[in-house]
Amino acid sequence: MSKNCNLQGMMKAVVSLEELKKSPGYPSEERFKRGPVPVIECVEDIPCNPCELACDRNLISVGKPITNLPRLVDPDALCGGCNKCIIVCPGLVIFIVDKTYSDTEASITLPYEFKPLPKIGDKIMGLNRTGEIVCKGTVHKVQTHKSFNHTNIVTIIVPKEFADDVRFFKAR
Amino acid sequence: MKTELTVIGAGPAGLCASIEAAKNGVDVTIIDENRKPGGQLFKQIHRFFGEKEHLAGVRGIEIGNMLLEDAQKYGVKVLLNTIVWGLFPDLKLGISNGNSVNILETQNIVIATGAAEKPLSFPGWTLPNIMVAGAAQTMVNVNRVLPGNRVLIVGSGNVGLIVAYQLSQAGAEVIALVEALPKVSGWQVHALKIMRMGIPVLTSHTITEAEGKSYVERVEIAKLDENNRIIEGSETKVNVDLVCIAVGLRPLAELCWMAGLRFEYIPELGGFIPLHDENMETSIKGIYVAGDVAGIEEASSAMEEGKLAGIAASVSQGKTDKKKAERDILETKERLRSLRLGTYGDYRYNAKEKIIRKFHEL
Amino acid sequence: MRVYDHPILGKLPDRKEITILVDGKKIKAYEDETIATAILASGIKTLRYTSEKHEPRGIFCAIGQCTDCVMEVNGQPNVRTCITPVEENMVIATQQGLGTWRKVSSKKK
Repeated sequence: MSKNCNLQGMMKAVVSLEELKKSPGYPSEERFKRGPVPVIECVEDIPCNPCELACDRNLISVGKPITNLPRLVDPDALCGGCNKCIIVCPGLVIFIVDKTYSDTEASITLPYEFKPLPKIGDKIMGLNRTGEIVCKGTVHKVQTHKSFNHTNIVTIIVPKEFADDVRFFKAR
Repeated sequence: MKTELTVIGAGPAGLCASIEAAKNGVDVTIIDENRKPGGQLFKQIHRFFGEKEHLAGVRGIEIGNMLLEDAQKYGVKVLLNTIVWGLFPDLKLGISNGNSVNILETQNIVIATGAAEKPLSFPGWTLPNIMVAGAAQTMVNVNRVLPGNRVLIVGSGNVGLIVAYQLSQAGAEVIALVEALPKVSGWQVHALKIMRMGIPVLTSHTITEAEGKSYVERVEIAKLDENNRIIEGSETKVNVDLVCIAVGLRPLAELCWMAGLRFEYIPELGGFIPLHDENMETSIKGIYVAGDVAGIEEASSAMEEGKLAGIAASVSQGKTDKKKAERDILETKERLRSLRLGTYGDYRYNAKEKIIRKFHEL
Repeated sequence: MRVYDHPILGKLPDRKEITILVDGKKIKAYEDETIATAILASGIKTLRYTSEKHEPRGIFCAIGQCTDCVMEVNGQPNVRTCITPVEENMVIATQQGLGTWRKVSSKKK
């Protein structure tokens, strides 16, 4: 997936980080301080709610009508890191971000439906929401299971300051 | 040949209509001109949206298999490789499988013939390897052949966005996706998943030309101003070997016209749409429509419309008791209603209401 | 280019390999796939030439609706190759214009 830098520069983001942060699925900084949490970047009134049923700890709520934006409920409850919400989201816009991974780094867990799968320890470049390289990182975990139905789960480690920006990666 | 209900088109709408009617004990025959049933479900390898009841989170290809299993389970008769060449006023159908021609006598018909993608013309648009996006999707996901390695997608509706993602999944490099409007017209979530991979999604851009000796080798793209005019000097030549056109769909309503159904021009649903009542029955008693032929939406809505038509046909056949039918219809309508909510649903709901209103004005 | 392994669909299942003849050239195909699939997999993108301007045409809709992919198959012109399955020793020709009915000596199965 190489890219054409010239064309890339002509692109406009469809949704800004500021808009996302205002949406009910984006955790507050206080919530991030408590550990891993689903970051739901779903900001349109699409009739869809599998994420609501996926979470065993009832962290995500859509309610009625189903065009409600997914909302993080109970800010004190901890995410169990089961990744079910990531897998089941048809829009592939749920990430589990842990800003407490270390003093300087954050982990970002994301859906990955490509081949070949990366390997633990792979050096990667973190890509932001418009595919620009923003930082270096490493692959921390790769999870696959029959029940994931081909949506694999990859956890990458990036410098903490990029935890709100990196949403994909490519091999370094 | 005789059957109580004939369903034309074995896509999501047709299969659901057949299953629903067969469940109620109606003798159902479903006809499709293709070798395999499923319509366009088997190229949809992504997970569907909606609620659990709509099979949200399940991939289209799996939904296809589930429907085929159900059709078999409830004893739906499936005629493949069979075209319907005639639809006569007394609900007789002329059918042919290439070897023999038959007349099929039936009491109810569900027309669920689906849609086809619209083309877009520009200099060079007829070159080989310039195709509608769904064609590339069929080639790669159903036939497992990638038609090109460097791709330009034209159109940012959900089809264009999803095909960009799926061609990447098969190993192609999507050079860019151009959209003439100043904003992405499909869902943001579909745009986000290709943009973060580094695929440039260029709004206010269009394709101006395609060149190549025996197939497309190069395209020119250009920026548009607010009046949709090409900004001089903004033209860029890009080497590609595949162009996918994703500029919308139109209903495949030939049989509806042949039957003499009443139509109305509903541009937001893709063109001329056969008028129907709230249970999908058309201006000819006993003929129902369902799915994209009754207005372009998506597979989940098509399935619910199919169920509605199937239930209505069961009632018409006297095969289900009124109370059960009423309950089934209500539940189906609720599921259908929830798929037509929100920014991308409201306009479809309103257009559908208009069709029903126009039907009752007949 | 065939997609042998796919992140969602997995490995391409084993199928019986057969041979078709396209403009006299032997081409590898797999049983039950469409003619257009086998031809595209072999790298050929032009399936016919138009009547008046002799312009090349290829796959356009891939669902049997547009008729851009028609070729001469076993001597019969205007066969929609995107929905017609291959058969062993099928004789296929790039169609010129509206095509021609021909007697084809094909080895039958």
